[in-house]
Amino acid sequence: MPITIQLNGRSTSVDAEPDTPLLWALRDVLDLTGTKYGCGIGACGACTVHLDDQPVRSCQVPLSAAAGKKVTTIEGLSPDGSHPVQQAWIQAQVPQCGYCQSGQIMSAVALLAKTPKPTDQDIDAAMSGNICRCGTYNRIRWAIKVAAGGESA
Amino acid sequence: MTTSLDRRTFVKTTVAAGAGLALAFHLPGCAPAREEGPGADLNAFLHVAPDGSVVVTAKHMEMGQGTYTGLATLLAEEMDADWSKVTVVGAPGDKAKFANNFMGIQLTGGSTAIANSWEQMRKAGATARAMLVAAAAAEWQVDGAGVTVTKGIVTHAASGKSGHIGKFAVAAATLTPPADVPLKARQHWTLIGQDRLPRVDAVAKSTGKAQFTQDLKFPGMLTAVVAHPPRWGATVKSFTTTQAKAVPGVVDVVQVPNGVAVLANTFWAAKKGRDALIIQWDEANAETRGSDQLLAEYRTLVRRPGKDAGKRGHAARALAGASRVVQGTYTVPYLAHAAMEPMNCVAQVGPGRCELWYGAQGHTFDQMAVSSALGLKPEQVTINTLYAGGGFGRRANPASDYVVEAAMVAKGANGRPVKLVWTREDDTNAGYYRPMYLHAVRAGIDGGGKIAGWHHKVVGQSVLGATPFVPAGMNDPSSTEGISDLHYEVADLAVELYTTTNGVPVQWLRSVGHTHTAFVVESFIDELAAAAQRDPVAFRLEHLKPDSRYAAVLRHVAEKAGWDTAPPAGHARGVAVHESFNTVVAEIAEVSVRPDRTVQVHKVVCAVDCGTAVNPDIIRAQIEGGVMFGLSAALHGQITLTAGQPDQHSYDTYKVLRMNEAPLVEVYVLPSEAPPTGVGEPGVPPIAPAVANAVFKLTGVRVRDLPFTTV
Repeated sequence: MPITIQLNGRSTSVDAEPDTPLLWALRDVLDLTGTKYGCGIGACGACTVHLDDQPVRSCQVPLSAAAGKKVTTIEGLSPDGSHPVQQAWIQAQVPQCGYCQSGQIMSAVALLAKTPKPTDQDIDAAMSGNICRCGTYNRIRWAIKVAAGGESA
Repeated sequence: MTTSLDRRTFVKTTVAAGAGLALAFHLPGCAPAREEGPGADLNAFLHVAPDGSVVVTAKHMEMGQGTYTGLATLLAEEMDADWSKVTVVGAPGDKAKFANNFMGIQLTGGSTAIANSWEQMRKAGATARAMLVAAAAAEWQVDGAGVTVTKGIVTHAASGKSGHIGKFAVAAATLTPPADVPLKARQHWTLIGQDRLPRVDAVAKSTGKAQFTQDLKFPGMLTAVVAHPPRWGATVKSFTTTQAKAVPGVVDVVQVPNGVAVLANTFWAAKKGRDALIIQWDEANAETRGSDQLLAEYRTLVRRPGKDAGKRGHAARALAGASRVVQGTYTVPYLAHAAMEPMNCVAQVGPGRCELWYGAQGHTFDQMAVSSALGLKPEQVTINTLYAGGGFGRRANPASDYVVEAAMVAKGANGRPVKLVWTREDDTNAGYYRPMYLHAVRAGIDGGGKIAGWHHKVVGQSVLGATPFVPAGMNDPSSTEGISDLHYEVADLAVELYTTTNGVPVQWLRSVGHTHTAFVVESFIDELAAAAQRDPVAFRLEHLKPDSRYAAVLRHVAEKAGWDTAPPAGHARGVAVHESFNTVVAEIAEVSVRPDRTVQVHKVVCAVDCGTAVNPDIIRAQIEGGVMFGLSAALHGQITLTAGQPDQHSYDTYKVLRMNEAPLVEVYVLPSEAPPTGVGEPGVPPIAPAVANAVFKLTGVRVRDLPFTTV
């Protein structure tokens, strides 16, 4: 029995076992591979997407729990990378290996939606669930401030 | 076997879709065809498309260190390309064309990518430019001396003719490459040294479009998840597949040399199937010791004589004559690389051939190991190089462990392509760790406050011993690098190495031996400074040649960090300086200790001498990242073993640095006209001792064991 989600603004039917994590439904069934697998236990944040506009670790959300809900992935932010947070990421030259950055960007977008002018403490609180092994944390912080309009790149 | 993508298709689809955006992988037959005409390869590293865009083939893989951008910068500089029209693809496995000039094999490592390509890529660009100019001059029937190239546009001012390089590429490719084309003088550089030249992969990696191995999907492809032995050295005795095969989506179960693979239509089905396998293991030859037990053995072994690993003067005599002797025993644990993208590889095996797609780092080793495992010739193993989601050394595995595993699974898949996916737990527990080491150091101080004799013994496994880099029975120079060649002016030095062996597989990790030798040397020199009652920077400078690179970066970092000014109340600063991969980095860390005794690092100021700065912003990024990587290991990193099994399995237990612990990092690159040296690794070594030295300054507690979550 397919499950329907509101994926990046479109009603989308997913034919997968209901216990399939949303992460793997997105990647393996819907071919949306921008959302990454990093740990599968909700400890690294690489799989962060928005579920009804809230940031969630998609590896921890069974597909059944997303039924009927709004799901936004990195592919849904903008068709061409023009979202202000993506633009800030490019301006600050954040990515190194890039594998964690979809999750970082989705966490940052959610933070800025709730807190348009985040303090360093706000950034720590919102972003500490997202690991970057390349160590781009300084540039992530900088890019968030650029996107918030507080600093120039 | 309809899914094979040859090299030409791979380049074309990547070119067509933009850097890293090879979405055509999903439907190889439907690659968008933007090219009109064929374009031309002007050499092994350069394809010029008919629209004038430039595709650079990078012989070194991109795992975040900025190599694609750096290599392309060198070539684009000399051919006067339009940077906005440059894209980069990874080189296939082909040692004849793409060997590392420092190693003779195709390998990305040792922070050598830019250094070994410095002449090669600039010459490739300059030669191509000369050929394009000659082709344009021939077509326009003018003297080539009057033809210029600027941002990919070829112009003959006198006749008013001009056109982009794509128009001349095909004709240029038919010309004999000129033998000795002069390179630009540095004052004419427009790309090399440009402060904010954008990375070629920044957009693809900010939009989710960069294609990693994990993202590949071919028609008919299966995903494999493998059950590995519970201990190193254990083997499969017997297994039952009934429950695994009952999982919807599971297609097959295949035994491979190091376990049992479940093949399924999706990762989730493969993982559920893997978890449902029932396997009996033969653990007769398994490693069953714990890390505490191994370390206890090291504490005994350190009292035995080791092999000579470096000698100057007469250390024992100097120590006997010293007015004061300081000694310390230091330990560092096993470390996992823990790259964000767990090890994975797509493989397809057919008669007389094997094709691989992955973030290949050690192409030549992997071709040899896979061909040996499959009974093929190395050249029958085709490697397509993709972006790697981090690596830190792990992907250049000396046994090609995950690559051979993918090939062996694919061998059992009847020609279907197979994506081997390691889970995070598989990755963390596969071994090939940075080894655990114990150092025992003793040094004297003479009446004048100078070092008098230094004896240093290292106990631990060898990372190069299992590789062709070090002949059997010889000392592994990486175990004592940074000690055997101690840069301080110490007349009497004796270094001993006691190399241990056990069942825990070990491997290089970002900055290799320097990960531990710098921690010990730079902590111990601080101990000596304290014993001599000298300022740590002044004491170091008193033992360095004033005109050395070491002294220069040390003075620079001290100035930039305000070493002579007081830090904020409750904070203290510590310093360390270390050379690795021909680059010298000095770091000053400012720390405080929280009420719960955890260490907080507020700020790290770095000075770097890496020769000519090809891409200054990438150099800063690499040093920033190196500091974070080294700090992660210093504060949290450890794999401990209980009865031969790792106690850490994922990021919940194998803790790594997060945003809330990340210090502000400032990087200053010293001006230099020397050839470029490494930047991927040298930021790592100084941070652990810099922080440990700051902790000592603040608390009087000398940290000699890593990690130090609390003090």
